[in-house]
Amino acid sequence: MRPSVEKFAEKSFLLSALLSASITIFILSFMVLFSLPLFKGGKIVEFLRLGWNPYDGKFGVLPMMVGTVIIASFAMLIATPFGIGCSALISVFSQRNFGRFLRKLVEFMTGIPTVIYSFVAIFLLVPLIRDIFQKGTGMCVLSASIMLALLILPTIVLFLTDAFNSVPKNYLNAAEALGATPVQKLMYVIIPSAWKGIISGLVLAAGRAAGDTMISLMIAGNALQIPKGLSDAARTLTSHIALIIASDYESPEFKSIFVCGLLLFVFTMLIVLVLRLLGYFEILRER
Amino acid sequence: MRVKLKVTLLISIFSFLVAGNPLVIAGDLDPFLGVKGTLRIAGGTAHIPVMKEAAKRIMHINRTIKITIAGGGSGVGIKQAGEGLVDIGNTGRKATDDEIKRYGLKMFKFAIDGIAVVVNPENPVVRMNKAEIMDIFSGKLDNWKALGWKDRAPNVYTRDASSGTRKVFWKKALKKGEITKTANFVTSHGAMKSAISVDPYGIGYISVGYLDTTVASVSFDGVFPSLENVRKGNYTIARGLYMNTKGEPSGLTRLFIDYILSKEGQKIVAEKGFIAVN
Repeated sequence: MRPSVEKFAEKSFLLSALLSASITIFILSFMVLFSLPLFKGGKIVEFLRLGWNPYDGKFGVLPMMVGTVIIASFAMLIATPFGIGCSALISVFSQRNFGRFLRKLVEFMTGIPTVIYSFVAIFLLVPLIRDIFQKGTGMCVLSASIMLALLILPTIVLFLTDAFNSVPKNYLNAAEALGATPVQKLMYVIIPSAWKGIISGLVLAAGRAAGDTMISLMIAGNALQIPKGLSDAARTLTSHIALIIASDYESPEFKSIFVCGLLLFVFTMLIVLVLRLLGYFEILRER
Repeated sequence: MRVKLKVTLLISIFSFLVAGNPLVIAGDLDPFLGVKGTLRIAGGTAHIPVMKEAAKRIMHINRTIKITIAGGGSGVGIKQAGEGLVDIGNTGRKATDDEIKRYGLKMFKFAIDGIAVVVNPENPVVRMNKAEIMDIFSGKLDNWKALGWKDRAPNVYTRDASSGTRKVFWKKALKKGEITKTANFVTSHGAMKSAISVDPYGIGYISVGYLDTTVASVSFDGVFPSLENVRKGNYTIARGLYMNTKGEPSGLTRLFIDYILSKEGQKIVAEKGFIAVN
């Protein structure tokens, strides 16, 4: 009885693992297959070079690529210091119970749908940004980045607190025995020994920032220009796909969104690859 | 038996008195009595007020009918109706010959709608000519000062690729001219209206049926986009509103289309700010 149950469980777990892995590969090949016709005859250069103007036969997605990179990196720039500060407060500086309460609060934040963030931002943040810049609509790179930073903050904080908490207790005891203040403990013991966890948290957060659709669709303005400043409206690859998907199946616009999907896929894969490489080098270094 | 009859009578009198609403005894809704089923509608967002009101009235007299209404734009309407995902796909433009051939679509025109250029109520520039409107939308005219207002750049709003309104506006008002790359994209009439109503320097375009005091409509070559002007043909940025079905409609779909085209349905069309066709 028992061995057969064991075997069954093992097989079904293997099956689900294979299934999820093959779905990822299937999606990638699907994207490649459908974007292949568009790459033929050196057209890839056009995709990267030209702007987007379907009525003029231009299907370039460079503005959207730039938009994605700028909005996501700016969100990271805002979220990282806040994330580190917040995690330090939770796992180093605060009383045990208060820290636990803060962490629960952050966990709760992960459950807020992005459409709620965007909706609130339209009424509270966008008019404020418009007044500050005194030009444009307030729907711009900065608004989207701020909201995205709020979205990815929980990911960063949860990863960082885990990393901070897994620093061996005897390191901390040693530091304390030497008379280190909490700040010194954080700077010289905890952060250096938890850097791997920090990197994984940041990279995952970056992937989430690049992949989110609703926030950039609703508050980045979706303009087709390459943004030149924080107050410029911009369009990301994700919101571009969401905006174009409704067009005619046979139109070249529709076909071009496969390329966008592929670019997004490659972009997020690159981020994961960087993460894996960093982990790999760390293992080598430790040997 | 007798009790049942009494109850029915009481209910009808009651609803007549309470609702004070002529629908209960109106003839155009009669075909829906005793019908069951669901009806899915999607597509053009200009249509939604009319569809919603009709659905409300139908579901009010017969609670076993479920009608769902979604937006998405004309492109979505055609695609989903053609793929059989919805029963009726709404469009704010005629389906192209290619679309009709590919999906075997049947079109039902039920209203005429004008597309108005709108600005924020704070904006005093409510008269523009064709050249000025084309220049603003193309980005050539980049300051409200040139039209006698503040020294601020206009924020141009436009609709996404699926929008029938965008296609009609681009063809009839902009003469297929360019729309500036800095334009903001919104995905429905409702979203356009709320964007313009909170942006003092915004300019966009919406269906005449959506006009109210939160936005100010702009006269186009001296003609205001009033219903009267659209009906008479003085206001030229106008288009038909269509319901599309895959093949000849039947059952509940047929009843719904007949109802929209009936006297009462056309009255809803007029109440919601469009021009009836029947």
